[in-house]
Amino acid sequence: MKVMSLFLLGVAVFFGIIGVIYWFTSYEDAGFLMLIGAALLGLLPGSYYLWWTYHMKLQPEEDPDAAMEDSAGTVDSFPGSSIWPFILGMGAMFALLTFVFGLWLAPIAGALILSALIGVTVESRRGGAV
Amino acid sequence: MTTTIERPEVITPEELGGPEGHHPDALHGDADHGHHEGPSGILNWLTSTDHKVIGKSYMITSLVTFFIAGIMAVVIRAQLLDPHTSLVSYQTYNELFTMHGSLMLYLFAGPFAFGGLANYIVPLQVGAPDMAFPRLNALSYWLYLGGVITMLSGFLVAGGAASFGWVSYAPLSNATNSPGAGADLWLMALALTGFSAIFTGVNLVATILYLRAPGMTMFRVPIFSWNMLVTAILILIAFPVLFAAVVMLFCDRHFGTHIFSVEGGGSPVLWQHLFWFFGHPEVYILALPYFGMVTDILPVFSRKPVFGYKGMVFATMSIAALSTGVWAHHMFTTGVVLLPFFSLLSYLIAVPTGIKFFNWIGTMWRGQLSFQSPMLFSIGFLLIFLVGGVTGVLLASPPVDFMTHDTYFVVAHFHNVLIGTAVFGGFAGFYFWYPKMFGRMLREGLGKLHFWFLFIGFWVTFMPQYLLGLHGMPRRVASYAPDTGWTTLNVISTLGTYVIGFSFLFFLINLMVSWRKPVPSGPNPWDGHGLEWFTSSPPPHHNYTHLPPIRSERPTWDYNHPEHRTVVHKPKGKKFAAPNKGDKETVGAPS
Repeated sequence: MKVMSLFLLGVAVFFGIIGVIYWFTSYEDAGFLMLIGAALLGLLPGSYYLWWTYHMKLQPEEDPDAAMEDSAGTVDSFPGSSIWPFILGMGAMFALLTFVFGLWLAPIAGALILSALIGVTVESRRGGAV
Repeated sequence: MTTTIERPEVITPEELGGPEGHHPDALHGDADHGHHEGPSGILNWLTSTDHKVIGKSYMITSLVTFFIAGIMAVVIRAQLLDPHTSLVSYQTYNELFTMHGSLMLYLFAGPFAFGGLANYIVPLQVGAPDMAFPRLNALSYWLYLGGVITMLSGFLVAGGAASFGWVSYAPLSNATNSPGAGADLWLMALALTGFSAIFTGVNLVATILYLRAPGMTMFRVPIFSWNMLVTAILILIAFPVLFAAVVMLFCDRHFGTHIFSVEGGGSPVLWQHLFWFFGHPEVYILALPYFGMVTDILPVFSRKPVFGYKGMVFATMSIAALSTGVWAHHMFTTGVVLLPFFSLLSYLIAVPTGIKFFNWIGTMWRGQLSFQSPMLFSIGFLLIFLVGGVTGVLLASPPVDFMTHDTYFVVAHFHNVLIGTAVFGGFAGFYFWYPKMFGRMLREGLGKLHFWFLFIGFWVTFMPQYLLGLHGMPRRVASYAPDTGWTTLNVISTLGTYVIGFSFLFFLINLMVSWRKPVPSGPNPWDGHGLEWFTSSPPPHHNYTHLPPIRSERPTWDYNHPEHRTVVHKPKGKKFAAPNKGDKETVGAPS
């Protein structure tokens, strides 16, 4: 966790410095804004992880000497097979094709996306924690 | 239906009667924990959320786009064979080079690495049962496939496919200069694959951060997975900008906005800023995964640990960071960018890349080298990427860039970079991990033939293009005048392309032979180092029933060779235990 937070904060510091230098040498706003955006992208998760680094007990994957007994327990819950990502993906494709070929495709896209959203919600409830 | 995954049990060689006694593979009798109850056949492909199935789908789809785009390249080169060839019309030629670049960059080189090999290998390398968000992972693939279909369908609509080059510069890409549905389909394909990449990036970050096996600290994660983590961060920086630019361009084309047009008060150069803020990190999104593959392959075929592990990690980070600050070196000739800033940062990238080269050579230095196909392709990568890197340093110099901008010199340079990484690095990874993915070997002889024809064909194709560029031949032209003196070099270059095309026949035959007459690979055919070589080939549904103790960056090697365990250097004064709790050995004592 600590390595990752320092890594992300490094991203923030690097782009912050580069962004400021870039602004005062070029006064070009598009590049400056994108550099500052990249700095924020590092800053937000980086400070979140840094906070957790000091509020969380050492995880087995962070412990260089993790022993067998540390490895017991649940990793996580994983979903099984599901048709809904396919339906949602095709819905997204038809939604974007609507912009190219016209509104007649919109009902197909809407039906696919809506059914996928309902389907995946029902599936999650039935399957327990996801 | 969800499945709760328990952590795999950690086993030591002693418990199994030593590494030579029982391989952990023998424990995989009940490989699926009894949980694998999904459908089979085409329904499995449509519904699977298993990272291995999705990774293979990604790989197959991206290889198909690679072959389609490769055939386009052969047609492009055949058109340029001599000044009088008229194989295709000028409009078709423009469509072909646009789609060749777009398919190769957006739909092959990236997805093959971060959707295909990374999807399959990263969870195995960090000891995870799957990607962190399996259904999001499946959605990524379907968005990607939607993008492939959308982009290729440009050839079916009136007016043909997009024909403004893979960079889609304004004002060439506006509704007046590029009318028709082909250009719009191209934009929508970018939106779909962009989101697919973003979702995969999120998935990779979450998997590497939260699903590592016990003992797999960040500085024990194999370099390939490290590079994928850094690549994923780059994806998250770059692709949203591309999506925003695509939306703006679409609004310019259809909704009457003037963001990129001078007549409405907009700026065409803004498109270049937005595009290259995505486009240059994209080059490293395409390169870093392949650096990682080669870094994992060289130690195995040198029978040594990787030289300068942490140096490699920091070099990757530096390359990624610098790559995001150099976008306008593609825009030197616009005359409105800050030349010293972008030139300096571009030069600086040579430093971490040089460190990587030093470490790659250091890894091989005095090792017990063996030259199987993955190693040959890795060495091919080193040589070809080196020349691409050196010509890149040349192009970072504004005076040289002004001379060679939009000539064949640039074409040769970026093919040197991208074929070095995505093709040589990519096939090194493919030959290396194919036994893990399919449980069978590829034939060495055919692999070597593939390598040598590809390697020689590459130089024959692209070395003449450097000279053509220096003689002033512009890129993106469908013909040239006979009195320019470019014909001989173009003939040589085209013949080289035929050799490259021919080399892939050996690859296809190799796949067919391995499919028809399988030679079982066993779990660890190369005596590999990473965790992925510990489980069976192909791995069971949730990857591991047992894990070795993880005490260095090469746990499988340590398990199989207890007498040559990786020595872990730790700084003085820090408290640490013996490499294995309960072990009396003191390998890893402070020096």
